[in-house]
Amino acid sequence: MTNASLIDFTLYLADSTLVLGQRNGDWCGHGPVLEQDIAITNVTLDLIGQSRSFYQYAAKLIGNGCTEDQLAYWRNEREFKNALLCERPNGDWAQTILRQTFFSFYQRELFTQLLHGADTTLSAIAEKSLKEVRYHCRWSSEWVCRLGDGTQESHERMLAAVENLWPYVGELFEPAPYEKALQIDTDAIKINWMDAISALFAEATLPPASLTTTFMQTGGKNGQHTEALGYLLAELQYVQRSYPGCEW
Amino acid sequence: MEHHNLEKIFQDKIDQEIKIEPRDWMPDAYRKTNLRQISQHAHSEIVGMLPEGNWISRAPSLKRKAILLAKVQDEAGHGLYLYAAAETLGQSREQMIEDLHSGRAKYSSIFNYPTLTWADMGAIGWLVDGAAIMNQVMLTRTSYGPYARAMVRICKEESFHQRQGFEVLLVLSKGSDAQKAMCQDAINRWWWPALMMFGPRDGESTNSDMSMKWKIKRKSNDELRQQFVDMIAEQVKLLNMTLPDEKLRWNESKKHYDFGEINWDEFWQVVKGNGPCNKERLAARKKAWEEGRWVREAASAYAAKQKQKQQAA
Repeated sequence: MTNASLIDFTLYLADSTLVLGQRNGDWCGHGPVLEQDIAITNVTLDLIGQSRSFYQYAAKLIGNGCTEDQLAYWRNEREFKNALLCERPNGDWAQTILRQTFFSFYQRELFTQLLHGADTTLSAIAEKSLKEVRYHCRWSSEWVCRLGDGTQESHERMLAAVENLWPYVGELFEPAPYEKALQIDTDAIKINWMDAISALFAEATLPPASLTTTFMQTGGKNGQHTEALGYLLAELQYVQRSYPGCEW
Repeated sequence: MEHHNLEKIFQDKIDQEIKIEPRDWMPDAYRKTNLRQISQHAHSEIVGMLPEGNWISRAPSLKRKAILLAKVQDEAGHGLYLYAAAETLGQSREQMIEDLHSGRAKYSSIFNYPTLTWADMGAIGWLVDGAAIMNQVMLTRTSYGPYARAMVRICKEESFHQRQGFEVLLVLSKGSDAQKAMCQDAINRWWWPALMMFGPRDGESTNSDMSMKWKIKRKSNDELRQQFVDMIAEQVKLLNMTLPDEKLRWNESKKHYDFGEINWDEFWQVVKGNGPCNKERLAARKKAWEEGRWVREAASAYAAKQKQKQQAA
């Protein structure tokens, strides 16, 4: 295992959680009901917290006084390694919920693998994060059921969300070079993830989905993104970049 | 029991500092005043999420982003406690929200001012939350039990917010010239609106007399405003910044700071809906509520189906 692969993988985890957290953060103050405004902000806070742990570790591995904020605020869209799924726009509550479900279910499998991995820091972050991720899985999958099996309108909106987001799930299971170097078993993640999602879709009265019949978008893990990411980063990074070298 | 007897028992309780609870008899006007005030307070927490929420996506560091998110989330939590307290007076949360959207219910005018720079996150915490705390500490002793208890919880978090806001400004005040200028600019813009938060001068405040007799309020608008000025005039020195008031100076004989006149025309204009962001704030709340309707409907439809299934099983 090379240090470069470990850094890249850690940045992949950091960027994915930050970008999804940034997206979810836009719901704060605008949720469909007060209790859920609070709930999604909890999820957002967890994601930002996870991203900070990963960035801090990456910064330590990089050395030379590198900091979490340098990594989050001073890298460009071609350097970000987040999964494409995480940068997809919020859309309506159905899209946001489904995006969270797909990602949280993925995190649960990935972090469970990391628990037993060779890198003790990543294991420790995964262990701490898993407690949060299990809650995110429960919260978001409950909403998939409510919307899928709620009203005609909510069912249709869930179908639209599946159609919109499904092309971005395949990438999660396509190993990037750094994942291969770290022997992440993306096939095992894929099987467990698909089993869990299939069961959830059945419970939510949504039609079964297949990973093989859809052409999957890829590239995020290696820094090739959708057009959406540039705008997200421009907003996220603007204060730091307008006033370089300042403490905040 | 005869009406004047009930009223006497009620006022005796108030005078003896016994809290009024939801099932106790209370005069209609007491119920209405509390309902108006608590729901207005709840709405202020919810609308108040918007100006700060405006900077979550642009917070200048990950740590600040997390702190700001948690703060705005706290306000949602305060809104929840307060709506629950108001509901004990017999109005549903949905009705209160409809009253907000139709303009029948008000919220604090301070949230009709824009947040233009990052420093505004500090100024809001320090000045706006600082002014709110003055009022809220008093309200922990208000006569209506559910309101007083909600306030105890809220005050703990608010004083934390105020310290965080001050700390945001403290960092800026020690930073680059541009950061110092940003800090002073935010103080200049938020100072007068913060003073307006205490409401009209005592002589012009319509709801005050009964509120004092019933111990809903325990200090007058002007008393609280003076207390706030005295506190902030000292704290601003720690920032090496100034307050935008040429008349501000210590008055040794009164043992208070003298300060200049509030622009009451601006105050009433913003109350009437003509502030810089009144329309945007209300529009944002309505949009969230309208766009959330199908979500709420789906949740109730699903809950009903689950209940049916359980009953069938």
